[in-house]
Amino acid sequence: MSEETTGTSLYERIGGEAAVDAAVELFYRKVLNDYRINRYFGKTDMETQLAKQKAFFTMAFGGPNNYTGEDMRTVHARLVKMGLDSSHFDAVMEHLGATLTELGVPADLISEAAAIAESTRNDVLGK
Amino acid sequence: MTKLTIDDNSFNCQNDETVLDALIRQDVDVSHACKKGTCHCCMLRSSDSMPPSISQEGLKDTLKNLGYFLSCLCTPVQDMSIKLPEQSEIFSAGKIVVNEMLNRNTILLIIECQDVVEYKAGQFVNLQRQDGLTRSYSIANTPKEDKTLEFHIRQLPGGKFTGWVFDELKVGDTLSVSEPLGHCFYLPERKEQGILLVGTGSGLAPLAGILKDALLHGHSGPIQLFHGSSEFEDLYRVDEMHQLTKENPNFTYVPCVSGQHVPEGCSKGRANTVALDALSDLSGWRVFLCGHPEMIETMKTDAFMKGASMKDIYTDAFLVSTPE
Repeated sequence: MSEETTGTSLYERIGGEAAVDAAVELFYRKVLNDYRINRYFGKTDMETQLAKQKAFFTMAFGGPNNYTGEDMRTVHARLVKMGLDSSHFDAVMEHLGATLTELGVPADLISEAAAIAESTRNDVLGK
Repeated sequence: MTKLTIDDNSFNCQNDETVLDALIRQDVDVSHACKKGTCHCCMLRSSDSMPPSISQEGLKDTLKNLGYFLSCLCTPVQDMSIKLPEQSEIFSAGKIVVNEMLNRNTILLIIECQDVVEYKAGQFVNLQRQDGLTRSYSIANTPKEDKTLEFHIRQLPGGKFTGWVFDELKVGDTLSVSEPLGHCFYLPERKEQGILLVGTGSGLAPLAGILKDALLHGHSGPIQLFHGSSEFEDLYRVDEMHQLTKENPNFTYVPCVSGQHVPEGCSKGRANTVALDALSDLSGWRVFLCGHPEMIETMKTDAFMKGASMKDIYTDAFLVSTPE
């Protein structure tokens, strides 16, 4: 990390909205191909699904978002009832890492993004 | 402060206020949910000026082109005229100039309509009978000098509207034609991009129009059309499409028949399956899907999984009314 970039957000360092756009579709393809978790990600109304994934990536990159822990609980409650647990969260984290690696994002930035996503685990799983 | 105009009514929008917030504050009923650009519920259309680009982020290129924007992300920089989604459409008078069979169950209907001029092939209009019975049909031609619109209408057993078109509507009769709607059409951008067109039955109508539009604009990338039906007799314009492949080296046409008897020159199978077998990678392609809703739903996912970006997938599903 060079001196000049210290202080700018991860979102900016990672490439902003363009990076999010590149990541979202790659990520969603991986998720839909993964039998462990694809039932939690609807196959119908894919536009809406992608918009949600975009919000997720923006958040994971520390970008502008209005999510609160309470939002995370509310929107995932239905999935928790369906059996969503830590193993599924792990699978999503795996695809997040793989997607960013595939796009050539430096490892230290991936760790930062992963840490932000990881911080939502308890809220997502309703714990 | 800027002014928002809807029909004949004006509303004010404070500085730093979004269009959505301003309209809600002034008791205009606009559907909305997330208020942060995710759900697209609050999408409106600007009919005079281009909305700020931030309010169009993530929308399909054709929607942007038509002036659609997310009202929750739109802080106007100038006065805007806005159309609400449920705002009643404007109808104009149309006169039938051609009503003839394209094949054993599909009619070619050509309507002269002086007032419907600005449209893109692939959009649709609502056709309305005197008594109000209304159905949506895709426009199969690019705008023409003689102000005619072309439609392909497939007969449906027990269909009230199609029954009327087949049995009663004559050349010289009139009906009402709505303004053009929908966002499944060609935009002359990225001309080197591959274009995949997949349609079933009279889903060829919008695709033929989109194809013609792309060729007229000198689209240079490969254009591949897969038109399918269960029986060969339900395909149409086969010779015309073959002729277009001779005139345009970048255009490929594959008629597909999913039933038992497959004539020479046709591929066996459903159009979407044949297309997927023929194209291993759709990264960077623009995809148009028209016809049976189930085909579209399946093919949309398949095209996406094969690499097509969701923003580049355009669909126009048949809406079939249940016979009463």
